[in-house]
Amino acid sequence: MSVDLGLSPDQESIAELFDGFFSNEAPPAVARAAEPLGFDRDLWNKVIELGAPGMGSAPENGGGGASLGDLVVVAETVGRSIAPVPLVDHLAALSLLTDADLVAGEAIAAVAVRPADANGIWSLVPTGAVADVVVGVDGDETVVVRSAPPMSGPRNHGSMPLADRSAREGSRTVLGPASLFDAVLDRWKLLTAAALVGIADAAKELGVAYVKDREQFGVPVGSFQAVQHGLADLPVAIDGGRLLTHKAAWALENVTDGLLDWANNDITDGPALATMALLFAADAAVMATDRSLHYHGGYGFAEEYDIQMYYRRARGWSLILNDPTTVSLSLADRLFGSVEG
Amino acid sequence: MDFSLSPEVIEFRDEIRSIVREFVTPEIADRMHTTGVFDAPELNLELGRRGILERACPGLGKGDPIEMYVMFNELEKAGAPYDGLAVALMIAAVVNKLGTDEQKERIIPSIISGEALVCMGYSEADFGSDVASIKTRAVKDGDEWVINGSKMWTTLAQVAEWLILLTRTDLDLPKHKGLTMFILPMNTPGITVEPVHTLGTEITNATWYDDVRVGDEAVLGGENNGWRTMTTVLAFERGVMGGTNAGVPLLRHFHEWAEANGIFDEPTTRERMARSVIDMQVATLLTMRSAWIAASGGMPGLEGSMTKVFAVEAYQRASRWTQATAGPAGLLQFHEEGAAGEGFVEYDARHSPVMSIYGGTTEINRNNIAERHLGLPKSR
Repeated sequence: MSVDLGLSPDQESIAELFDGFFSNEAPPAVARAAEPLGFDRDLWNKVIELGAPGMGSAPENGGGGASLGDLVVVAETVGRSIAPVPLVDHLAALSLLTDADLVAGEAIAAVAVRPADANGIWSLVPTGAVADVVVGVDGDETVVVRSAPPMSGPRNHGSMPLADRSAREGSRTVLGPASLFDAVLDRWKLLTAAALVGIADAAKELGVAYVKDREQFGVPVGSFQAVQHGLADLPVAIDGGRLLTHKAAWALENVTDGLLDWANNDITDGPALATMALLFAADAAVMATDRSLHYHGGYGFAEEYDIQMYYRRARGWSLILNDPTTVSLSLADRLFGSVEG
Repeated sequence: MDFSLSPEVIEFRDEIRSIVREFVTPEIADRMHTTGVFDAPELNLELGRRGILERACPGLGKGDPIEMYVMFNELEKAGAPYDGLAVALMIAAVVNKLGTDEQKERIIPSIISGEALVCMGYSEADFGSDVASIKTRAVKDGDEWVINGSKMWTTLAQVAEWLILLTRTDLDLPKHKGLTMFILPMNTPGITVEPVHTLGTEITNATWYDDVRVGDEAVLGGENNGWRTMTTVLAFERGVMGGTNAGVPLLRHFHEWAEANGIFDEPTTRERMARSVIDMQVATLLTMRSAWIAASGGMPGLEGSMTKVFAVEAYQRASRWTQATAGPAGLLQFHEEGAAGEGFVEYDARHSPVMSIYGGTTEINRNNIAERHLGLPKSR
């Protein structure tokens, strides 16, 4: 037990495997073709062949028993490729669900990230348009509902398969009190943060490649210092986001009664770190896609260029939980205690 | 990844914390702000006496850079005056890496005992970021070197025992190649020190060198090899030895004041505070990564640039919003009644701009990242 800030050899292999898989099977044209729904069934079937849907589940349930750090590595590759498969949501939901068809990936699970309203409706559930099973909070209970997915939903900025789902219609099981859901949401924040780091990383790569190639005034645009300095911030935010995400994974898996000693910058509380990672990675992805799109000049907003797809997903994936102020205030309550009265 | 400190490092950290509790008193902090000398000899001596400096110095004793990170991180979070110690240990590490056996024996013990400080003479009045163009000359005269010129920002020269001095020794070589670094005692005849008062309280200096004579024993890292010595120093300086968590004590001081004045319940304040806590955590993780790279035998030059760019701007963001949130109370200085954060809010607004300059400006660090990490063409 001592500080080790590199990926393990296993994680290096996982990253290589999934990056290779997605660049072969899901180049940006696949994400483009899957719009506006944002789901490609054939690609999901290939993800099933990889064993990815159940990789985080316990071996006794037929899963791969991967660590949270391993799942973070996978989620980052999903972000890098913007592959139109709901792997992040599915892996998060399976922290609580053990059904064999979910572990195998034959059925898809979604996380209702916000509680159901008074009528029992979970609004704008990420992956809600295509999920067979949704887990979330209804009143003071954590429930899981199996019902037929609508396979369509409102067209949206991030081309995400969003849909409203009922927490009461369909085959409903009460799993326990609402607090049971906290662990699912922590894992969802963690893996979404990792995916956003992946988006930021891909946007940086697209931007750097473009400015090396594009010439104006007889030289590459990337030789201008104003452009260089805007891009130089990106690897800093990406590395910072990756470290914070991995620390959250480490804390969620290894630390009980973690520290919330922000006054000495000593924080090992997993749930706080997961929220911190989500907020930071969201900013990183938004900044990276903003700048990369901008340095593409006019081509940045031409639909045929890929950067605009990253730009929209950076916002879609980071806003679907809630507005950043609300998320920050929930973090503040955990760090500083809630406001009385 | 594993973010847990080993049991030995935890024991080491706890020892530092107990020393900090004993030695970093409000009086010491006060003295730092009235004298402008960011150094506490009694603290240095205690760390030296217990063998902690030797243990934390890269390449010496136990020499685990994670411990060096832990030591400076604890000192910085406590608001201790540690600038003198940071420079001295950094130079001890460089002497250990590049110096002769004779230099190691003569210089290192005085530093790791906590007795001697070191000041750094690189920049000149006309050469800051373009430090490779400096004009201070060292000319060989028989067995001796004769040094003439002047330096700026020679912080701690008024109290340091050693000086590390960048000079030009060959006018015919390209600018990065004709440089030589010296390390010499500050009491060598011919050195004059004039104080320069700064916005951030710390008193730095301008120094003059008139026919300063030293022998070959003062050459550090080889003749015309000064640039390499310089980059070795900077790899340690940027983002490993403190300077990356300066916002932590500020947030603590601000929070105490805001709670006492009933404004900590404001959602805007809580949101900003939560954001700054995230920033500080990321800054410390980037610092830890630099230390971990050094602990694994690497040179975290590029990562140090990344750490410094982020950490300094995070501190500046925190300083900006805490002072703005405090309003008029954020204008009041130490010991004035009603001063926000006991005056630290006002002090940090003066201190934070310094940080994006020394040890390499944010622009130089961004150039570094753009060229060496992103592979973009040299822009100048």
